[in-house]
Amino acid sequence: METLSYFLPQVWFVVLALFLFLYVMLDGFDLGVGILSLTSSDDERRGILMTSLSNIWDANETWLVLMGGGLFGAFPLAYGTILTALYIPILTMVFGFIFRAVAFEFRELSTRKFFWNFAFGAGSFLAALGQGFALGAVLKGIAVDETGHFIGTTWDWLSIPSTLVALTLIQAYVLIGSTYLVWKTTGELQVTHYKTAKLAAWTTLIGAVFITITTPIIYESARSRLFQQPLVYIFAVIPILGVWLIWQLLQSLNRQEERAPFVWTILLFVLTFLGLGLVVFPYIIPTKITIYEAAADPSSLVIMIIFIGFLIPIMLFYNLYQYIVFRGKVTGGQYGE
Amino acid sequence: MEFLSDSVVLSRMQFALTAIFHMLWPVLTTGMGIYLVIVEGVWLKTRNPDYYLHARFWSKFYVLNFGIGVATGIPMEFQFGTNWAPFSEAAGNFFGSVIGFEASWAFMLEAAFLGIMLFGWERVNPAIHYLATILVAVGANLSTLWILTANSWMQTPAGGEMVNGKFIVHDYFQAILNPFMVNSVLHMFFATLETSLFVIGGISAWYVLKDRHQAFFAKSLKIALAAAIAVAPLQIYIGHLSGEQVFHYQPTKLAAMEAQWESSPAGKPADWSLLAIPNEKAQKNDWEITVPNALGYILEFKKNLSEPLRGLKEWQPEDRPHMVGLIYYAFRTMIAIGFFFAGLMLLSTLQWLRGKLSAENIAQQKWLMRGWILAAPLGYIAVESGWIVRCVGRQPWTLYGQIRTVDAASHIPASNVLVSLTGFATVYSILFVAVLYFGSRIIRRGPNLNLPIPGMEVDKPAVETTPGEFVPDERPVEAQE
Ligand code: HDD
Ligand code: HEM
Ligand code: HEM
Repeated sequence: METLSYFLPQVWFVVLALFLFLYVMLDGFDLGVGILSLTSSDDERRGILMTSLSNIWDANETWLVLMGGGLFGAFPLAYGTILTALYIPILTMVFGFIFRAVAFEFRELSTRKFFWNFAFGAGSFLAALGQGFALGAVLKGIAVDETGHFIGTTWDWLSIPSTLVALTLIQAYVLIGSTYLVWKTTGELQVTHYKTAKLAAWTTLIGAVFITITTPIIYESARSRLFQQPLVYIFAVIPILGVWLIWQLLQSLNRQEERAPFVWTILLFVLTFLGLGLVVFPYIIPTKITIYEAAADPSSLVIMIIFIGFLIPIMLFYNLYQYIVFRGKVTGGQYGE
Repeated sequence: MEFLSDSVVLSRMQFALTAIFHMLWPVLTTGMGIYLVIVEGVWLKTRNPDYYLHARFWSKFYVLNFGIGVATGIPMEFQFGTNWAPFSEAAGNFFGSVIGFEASWAFMLEAAFLGIMLFGWERVNPAIHYLATILVAVGANLSTLWILTANSWMQTPAGGEMVNGKFIVHDYFQAILNPFMVNSVLHMFFATLETSLFVIGGISAWYVLKDRHQAFFAKSLKIALAAAIAVAPLQIYIGHLSGEQVFHYQPTKLAAMEAQWESSPAGKPADWSLLAIPNEKAQKNDWEITVPNALGYILEFKKNLSEPLRGLKEWQPEDRPHMVGLIYYAFRTMIAIGFFFAGLMLLSTLQWLRGKLSAENIAQQKWLMRGWILAAPLGYIAVESGWIVRCVGRQPWTLYGQIRTVDAASHIPASNVLVSLTGFATVYSILFVAVLYFGSRIIRRGPNLNLPIPGMEVDKPAVETTPGEFVPDERPVEAQE
């Protein structure tokens, strides 16, 4: 029993991290494309951007719904506390999702495409902004009492460091969105997104450097974590690897490669994610409540492994399958009727 | 305007608003999903292009509903954390896992295959496409299964007990198969199916009356009618079983549904109230029409009650539901609609048997067609009424008998909730108008009967649909059109 109550929460921490990673990667390019569409003045182009997503946006977003459901079941305390603390960023994101989702449906039917194109872009931006602030606030730590209940105030999530994180996340989404478009489009559109990808690679790099430097300076908890043996070696390698990956990415953009930039960006995301995971673990409500304290009953965690675990490979498989069905470049403004 | 500063009341209003609004969309995505499986199956079997065109036409409504269903479903899930954190923490052991099951069993499946179902007609072979359509319908209905399991457990929390303010589950299968589960899932399943059938039938009837594509829409109307022959009576029967289980497990709700203030002892008959004006202050009905001795027949198919029926006065006001009038009339509305559907189905079947619904003479059935048009929105009203009975009738409990609603809400400043509630009210009102506008536009434009039928043209060299050897189309999407 003793080992189970350590092992099971760890399993769920990893599973949820996997769901969250898949979400950030997949909906990341989705949201990135949306944000990019705001910078385009040509409605036909925006149409193509939206078409490139119309068959996948929902499946991508569902990874977040899955992560939410998993967090609710595996760490109910964290679900309640974190979402209550982040009321405003979460609702910002939710409203962003609403605008985005309906833009997809209404645009097809509407004669005033402009309006829905804008709803799509603005919704994507709002969703990314909400997520960025939420991430920033969680990294900074949430004010809770001994039992893990939120004791802070409404605006706790808003600070200069969390703003920095939000801006960087938006850049990162723009980056992965650009490289996705480089892969999925041709011609002028592709040329544009080679440029936006390069720009976003630089801005993301700047943001990441700032965050990496300032975090240990501002937060005591992160500092002690970063300089723990043997983690300190890993934390020393991550920035170096990160810079190397960005360099590779820029190279591949310069060589006008089509798929490689997307792959390099994903590797960058993996690396960042590992880094963040190591900073946060074993806390689920940084910086006080660990996964062991917030976990549901062991029996719940086991049931969830049985009922959800067996589906993970299947979900991965059919998601991959639909990407295979829709492989190839997107050129026109419409899919199907 | 005192409630404006009470975050519990505001959270309840927000949950009610968002749930009522969310509920409008899954109705078609779950019910019509099954209809699409039927028409595509008929098409594959008969190769009659009409059925292919039906699949394409109705799936337009499907998409419209689907997007909004997702958009409004996400706020539902997150609200458990933002506005109902104490409930999430206390009930999370079971309730949270079920929400997780729903996402992994249902949402993912539906979302991943929807793309293929909508845009994949020319990219995968017909068998795979059909599989995708089936999986979308399965996904949507699995979501009914899991969310109703969760909600039924809130009505009859089984399989464990409250320990130190947390629900500890001893037996998961008992919790999943809680007393309300099977029946409520079925009632909801038939509710979405029945509503969808009457929506499809109603829209078809409109075209028939308008003299547009009569032969084409006579087909969809008859498929809907054929399914309704089974569904409409079954729904009444299952609704009756729902009533019985409320009688056994939730006496406060039953008393409110029937506006019974005084108790009726076991072994005696009791009157059934047909119409009434409940007065909560005076704890009686100001005015009432009753059917003598009918309640025993309704609840148990016999004259005398075998269990006592407890009246609302038996509980303190803080231990029983309020808004008795709302619950009472919502319940009656639902029942009236259930019987209206069954009656319409009977009449239509009669005319069908007499050969009056054939493509040539269906247009003469003006009154019948008007009846179907009238029925189109009624299913929604019944669904919302059913939920009001169920959720408002459960008050003052969130987890019946265990966690009170006042203790279930997050401690957040009322101003936050007020802002988000206003946001939802505004955005949802706009959405509602927009959906009506775009939905009626789809109807006015009508079906595109000139769509190329897959596997039937000769001038599309890149799409090979010879069975056995399938070559996916590699061209850009546009070139395929
Ligand atoms: C009839 C069954 C039914 C009921 C009672 C509810 N839903 Fe729902 N929900 C669905 C049937 C459904 C669906 C048919 O499966 C939807 C609609 C469109 C879709 O994609 O899935 C959906 C969408 C949907 C989504 C988005 C899924 C996605 O990203 O694909 C979430 C998070 C929820 N719902 C959550 C809820 C919650 C928390 C409810 C309870 C208050 C609820 N739903 C009531
Ligand atoms: C099946 C999934 C559902 C679940 C898990 C669920 C759960 C809840 C919860 C947690 C609350 C808030 C706490 C409370 O007031 O007790 C609530 C209230 C409410 N829900 Fe449901 N609900 C579901 C579906 C629905 C649907 C589909 C509707 C409407 C069509 C609905 C209508 C309401 C209403 C009107 C209230 C407010 C009751 C009141 O506060 O007086 N519910 N429900
Ligand atoms: C004569 C017919 C009907 C009867 C006697 C009946 C009875 C009931 C009862 C007693 C409940 C409350 C269950 C609870 O609180 O736990 C309920 C809920 C509900 N009803 Fe009905 N009903 C009937 C027809 C319909 C129809 C025609 C529809 C929709 C098309 C419908 C949709 C619903 C829904 C969506 C709920 C809430 C979810 C659920 O309990 O499954 N009902 N019904």
